Amino acid sequence: MTARFAVGDKVRVRRATPPGHVRTPSFIRGRAGTISKIIGSFANPEELAYGRPGTPEQPLYWVRFPQTELWPDYSGGAKDSAVVDVFESWLDADEEIIQ
Amino acid sequence: MTGEHGHDHSHDHGDWPYPHPKQPDLEDGPLTHHMAMTEALAELLIDKQIFSADEFRRQLELMDSKSPAEGARMVARAWINPDFKIRMLENVNAAANEMGIDAGGIPIRAVENTPDVHNVIVCTLCSCYPRMLIGLPPDWYKSRAYRSRVVRDPRAVLAEFGTAIPDDVEVRVHDSTADLRYMVLPQRPEGTEAMDEEALSALVTRDSMIGVTDLKTD
Repeated sequence: MTARFAVGDKVRVRRATPPGHVRTPSFIRGRAGTISKIIGSFANPEELAYGRPGTPEQPLYWVRFPQTELWPDYSGGAKDSAVVDVFESWLDADEEIIQ
Repeated sequence: MTGEHGHDHSHDHGDWPYPHPKQPDLEDGPLTHHMAMTEALAELLIDKQIFSADEFRRQLELMDSKSPAEGARMVARAWINPDFKIRMLENVNAAANEMGIDAGGIPIRAVENTPDVHNVIVCTLCSCYPRMLIGLPPDWYKSRAYRSRVVRDPRAVLAEFGTAIPDDVEVRVHDSTADLRYMVLPQRPEGTEAMDEEALSALVTRDSMIGVTDLKTD
């Protein structure tokens, strides 16, 4: 499956709370980040968990979030970040310019 | 107890006033839903001949035999061989194979600490960990306290491990939520220029490969 996003693209994680097995932690939902690496394509674990084949495989990305985007009161270093593995179905293009 | 001893006593053994503290056995706690389900699933898989009891036991034994020594050998090799380091950062499993180390089938990625970036690993959703290269995870790695706090306030958690990262260095938390596992390639400590690969590998600790500590030579 061709990756929709490229390294450097600004993305926003969907703000969704689907039932069942999900791999997108809640602390990044609704948050904006930057694609820092395209890791490859993998069968979707949110389907595999129910015995389904998980196809087509989904592109998986490293998405880098400034800590200040995740936690408005973050008081550590200004450059601090979190890098989370996120499947493409959880990402939308983000028009806002972020760090 | 009946009279095996041929006499009746209370097992107090003299005047010692302190009762022997009893460490609870595993079975002293309640059998939880998940414990019962785990046992039932293992029995079913064996009954249905998906794998045998012996294969199951051997896999447990294999996982228990893994230790941070293998990851440490790879870190030392990366410090002295820049080409190997490039290959390791690209694909840890393939680099491990070069050294005769079986890193398993789950892809592992190494993230490199530099003077500008300090990496630390967590799995906020469960407890994903590169077991094949650094052994079983410590209990704290699986604790909710570590998993929730290291993404929320990483510098405070690092400080509890005695690790102070300067403010102008980026602390980068890697959350392994999907199909990859991560290990940190720590910075080579100063003053180790004369050391060979084997001596270097003895310096590399488990915690440095999780990223909660830096390596020092003192």
